[in-house]
Amino acid sequence: MKILVAVKRVIDYNVKVRVKPDHSDVDLTNVKMAINPFCEIAVEEAVRLKEKGVASEIVAVSLGPKACQEQLRTALALGADRSILVETDEPLSSLSVAKLLKAIADEEKPDLVILGKQAIDSDNNQTGQMLAALSGMPQATFASEVNVEGDKVTVTREVDGGLQTLALSLPAVVTTDLRLNEPRYAALPNIMKAKRKPLDVKTPEALGVSVSSTITTVKVEPPAQRSAGIKVSSVDELVEKLKNEAKVI
Amino acid sequence: MAILVVADHDNAALGAATLNTLAAAGAIAADAGGEIHLLVAGSGCGGVAETAAAVAGVDKVLLADNGCYENQLAENVSLLVAELGKNYSHILISAGTTGKNVMPRVAALLDVDQISDIMRVESGDTFVRPIYAGNAIATVQSTAAVKVITVRTTGFDPVAAKGGSASVEALDIIHDAGISSFVSEELAESDRPELAAAEVVVSGGRGMGNGENFEILYKLADKLGAAVGASRAAVDAGFVPNDMQVGQTGKIVAPNLYVAIGISGAIQHLAGMKDSKVIVAINKDEDAPIFQVADYGLVADLFEVVPELEQKL
Repeated sequence: MKILVAVKRVIDYNVKVRVKPDHSDVDLTNVKMAINPFCEIAVEEAVRLKEKGVASEIVAVSLGPKACQEQLRTALALGADRSILVETDEPLSSLSVAKLLKAIADEEKPDLVILGKQAIDSDNNQTGQMLAALSGMPQATFASEVNVEGDKVTVTREVDGGLQTLALSLPAVVTTDLRLNEPRYAALPNIMKAKRKPLDVKTPEALGVSVSSTITTVKVEPPAQRSAGIKVSSVDELVEKLKNEAKVI
Repeated sequence: MAILVVADHDNAALGAATLNTLAAAGAIAADAGGEIHLLVAGSGCGGVAETAAAVAGVDKVLLADNGCYENQLAENVSLLVAELGKNYSHILISAGTTGKNVMPRVAALLDVDQISDIMRVESGDTFVRPIYAGNAIATVQSTAAVKVITVRTTGFDPVAAKGGSASVEALDIIHDAGISSFVSEELAESDRPELAAAEVVVSGGRGMGNGENFEILYKLADKLGAAVGASRAAVDAGFVPNDMQVGQTGKIVAPNLYVAIGISGAIQHLAGMKDSKVIVAINKDEDAPIFQVADYGLVADLFEVVPELEQKL
């Protein structure tokens, strides 16, 4: 089977973001960028399915500016077979990404599409679900276990009260939770080999998708700062403060 | 036009998050006007609809009671909500795992963008939501014909569960996409309050060392009537199940008192708890980032001070 994996270029998860002084957005100039952690888990899962003999080909897709090629090369180094960049400098909403991915899926006809459950920048948690809706595919979001059996995929999902298992007809969309797997590191020889793997570049126009959005960002502000607290020296002092000063117990 | 709120429930009881979501709907109605309708979709959930009809501010309850909605499968519920929703100005659901699962599918079926996890309503078309793990707060405006929204419940005080007298209208709309099915579930059982709605939360991190040691947190939590949470490190190490995780990718909490024990305070954990009213940190590393947000910090070995704290409460 063929697996399509979507990867996003985002700010590195360890970086503390700064809001621009004009409150138009966060400042991403000279900031370390990386593959979104949930997308990395998606790539790893696809590679494991290939290693198990379930998948025959893995196609990685990214959408955005030219620099996203770096994240596609990372996916290729981790084990994807080829990659597609839908190149645009326009900001993309989750719905636009889902429409572009649908256009790619219509061309590629994958049996399984794996995405991260959310990108750590927009924190939207929408794209996989939207792609599934647009393509008429079933979805299993927040996956912590994926088993392909014949023409079905059984997925265990992390839900508010615990775990839930669903069975989906293929083709299907799965979005990854953190517990699905532990991504491997790309070895140097694989990074070198990845440079020779195919990377096709397409445009939204060529795919016939308009990337306009109904949502505009009015402003971006830093969150309210908490005022610095105090250190107490003993449990007695802590209990006293919580009772008489904070009055929370 | 009216506002549609999709109820949280487990076919037996109305979920507390519904009351917060209705508060967000009320804030929208205050600016944009419109009745508030509450959809209860499930199986054998007539009792939930009765409870929902008594909630303050609900003008009408829509009941879709059919086996195909029993487990809130996104494929089926989204078709129902999208069909109903095109006649509404706004569709809201709480940003729990059910809402996050179903609502983007509804938005795509209606061909509109979705606004996730709103924490404040500025007006009928302008909303405030966190981005970058809560390290930036974005105000966004939507021109979509139907505004599809998930609500961060800790951003809104719940409406009263009593005082309303809405009518219940049974719907005869059945959407069974037939492409997914429920296999099983494994839900954590606990007598403690629900994590997302608790007044007091006691959380443990990697510093707890192992799962058995969480026993001292459970004892402390029971003294405080608190829910117990955890950091990702504690979940990944297998100390506690994943549904206890607080953070960017787990649950968002904003209790009156949050006690972080053996938690360093990574960006991703702070995203889930830094709106708590009072934060207490107990950690033996005095440079742990958690102390930068804690109102009261105690630098000490948790195995000594947590049992002592429990004794003295």
